[in-house]
Amino acid sequence: MSGRVLVGVKRVIDYAVKIRVKPDNTGVVTDGVKHSMNPFCEIAVEEAVKLKEKKLIKEVVAVSCGPQQSQETIRTALAMGADRGIHVDVSGKDYENLGPLQVSKILAALAKQEDAQLILLGKQAIDDDCNQTGQMTAALLDWPQGTFASEVSLEGDKINLVREIDGGLEHIKINTPAVITADLRLNTPRYATLPNIMKAKKKKIVTVKPADLGVDVTSRLEVLKVEEPPQRQAGRV
Amino acid sequence: MHTDIFYIQVLRAGVRCGIRLQSSSTATASATASSSSPAPPLGFSFELTDQQKEFQQLARRFAREEIIPVAPAYDKSGEYPFPIIKKAWELGLVNGHIPQEYGGMGLSSFDSCLITEELAYGCTGMQTAMEANSLGQMPVIIAGSDAQKKKYLGRLTEEPLMCAYCVTEPGAGSDVAGIKTRAVKMGDEYVVNGQKMWITNGGKANWYFLLARTNSDPKCSASKAFTGFIVDADTPGIQIGRKVAAGATGLAQRALDEATSYALERKTFGKVIAEHQAVSFLLAEMAMKVELARMAYQRAAWEVDQGRRNTYYASIAKAFAGDIANQVASDAVQIFGGNGFNSEYPVEKLMRDAKIYQIYEGTAQIQRLIIAREHLGRAKK
Repeated sequence: MSGRVLVGVKRVIDYAVKIRVKPDNTGVVTDGVKHSMNPFCEIAVEEAVKLKEKKLIKEVVAVSCGPQQSQETIRTALAMGADRGIHVDVSGKDYENLGPLQVSKILAALAKQEDAQLILLGKQAIDDDCNQTGQMTAALLDWPQGTFASEVSLEGDKINLVREIDGGLEHIKINTPAVITADLRLNTPRYATLPNIMKAKKKKIVTVKPADLGVDVTSRLEVLKVEEPPQRQAGRV
Repeated sequence: MHTDIFYIQVLRAGVRCGIRLQSSSTATASATASSSSPAPPLGFSFELTDQQKEFQQLARRFAREEIIPVAPAYDKSGEYPFPIIKKAWELGLVNGHIPQEYGGMGLSSFDSCLITEELAYGCTGMQTAMEANSLGQMPVIIAGSDAQKKKYLGRLTEEPLMCAYCVTEPGAGSDVAGIKTRAVKMGDEYVVNGQKMWITNGGKANWYFLLARTNSDPKCSASKAFTGFIVDADTPGIQIGRKVAAGATGLAQRALDEATSYALERKTFGKVIAEHQAVSFLLAEMAMKVELARMAYQRAAWEVDQGRRNTYYASIAKAFAGDIANQVASDAVQIFGGNGFNSEYPVEKLMRDAKIYQIYEGTAQIQRLIIAREHLGRAKK
């Protein structure tokens, strides 16, 4: 067991920003808009760093797929305690069309390349709300999956997981290697401390292209139109 | 810029004879810490380095998530916000000036000011309590022996302890040379008698930096008559009874943001008040003042980090930022109208808090004396 955990972190529009649709209805405005790490990805990073602090795993590798700016998101993960980063460079049209299927192929390829024991992801991204990447990655690797995790504990080469599901809480035990997706109550992510931000500068981020991993990022989906939801009408009491 | 205001007082009041003043330590720290951006082709740049942006983000998040929610309650109770200061200490937001070899971050003045502005946005009272640590540390950092630095700075980096800066007295504030606290050497010890006033962190400090008169000859020049002492708080006989321009800018920015949000929500005469020209002009002028205050303190901090004496820029920044903080806070209350008076809205606190920036760390009037002196000094050359 390599003791290595891959954590996926996605750069998304900050949760506090008021989203506006572009005038040509092809998407939302992203230029000049504040971006940050997807909140569920923060929870995933926190869980990985905690496992490392308990000495249950040896190395945390943060991965992000996107343009140059994705490196900022990786840096945040490094400042929280990840050891090194991998930036999968996807930009322009490819980035606009990047979805869970392509990302899960990339993560699966990286997991094999890095000999990962565990993949930790957020349960979903707050921009597309897909909630698919974790599940697809596990399927591609034929690994067990523990999604919507609100508690994780390692027991030898197995993982005890508590999942938040519609009916309540489900307790499962899965083998490693595995994919886990983090739900809201799994933990409270730490602030990166000032000294850690400074230390993060010395940690390495390696850039690779999807083609290097043998992944084709062409999308099989085409976005036809993006619209605002209908204006809410005043209610009547 | 309190760090450099103190620098002047050090020169004027004279802490110990024969000291090496090392303002260059911050310049070298900034050269290594912030070298991630390539040198801008035009020379002059307003761009922050990636690391500076991350520091700013951290302080901003801390202010919004930890300080702002609790500030009104602490304001009412007057309780010392130790839990918040402890959290800030754990994140490395306090004690930024302490050099790295003594366990600190060795941040440049510019980086420290960036952080100060963000914390002040949350609550200037808490930011002042945190900054007072820097004030007390500064004489030790500038002029302490290696042993003194290791002991007293080390204490602050190992545990969330506070220190305090004791210079002002009931009879002497602006007139530092007029302080009456005396220290007399008796054998192996100094016996200190006197009264100090307005000591931020006075009740909670682990140690004090104290300025006292050691030469009672009235003809002795100010630079030789005074000595700085580091006094442990538990020394028997002590009875307990404030990075200014950046702080003032943070307050002003907060006032502007609160007023802007309100102006976009409150409706009168059929439209949001921000669409009434009188209000939008008020907001425009507030914005002008905030931006200029920020540029002023950043220039002053940058000068220090370049290794230059920045008295002129620091005084300008402090005087301007203090004045506009008061104007902007008052304008914010105005925009809130009747609600502005009400303590359930945050702006009346800003107006109360803003006043201190025209008083402590060199009154607005003293700043003008200094600026005039510097300006005329240059003109005479």
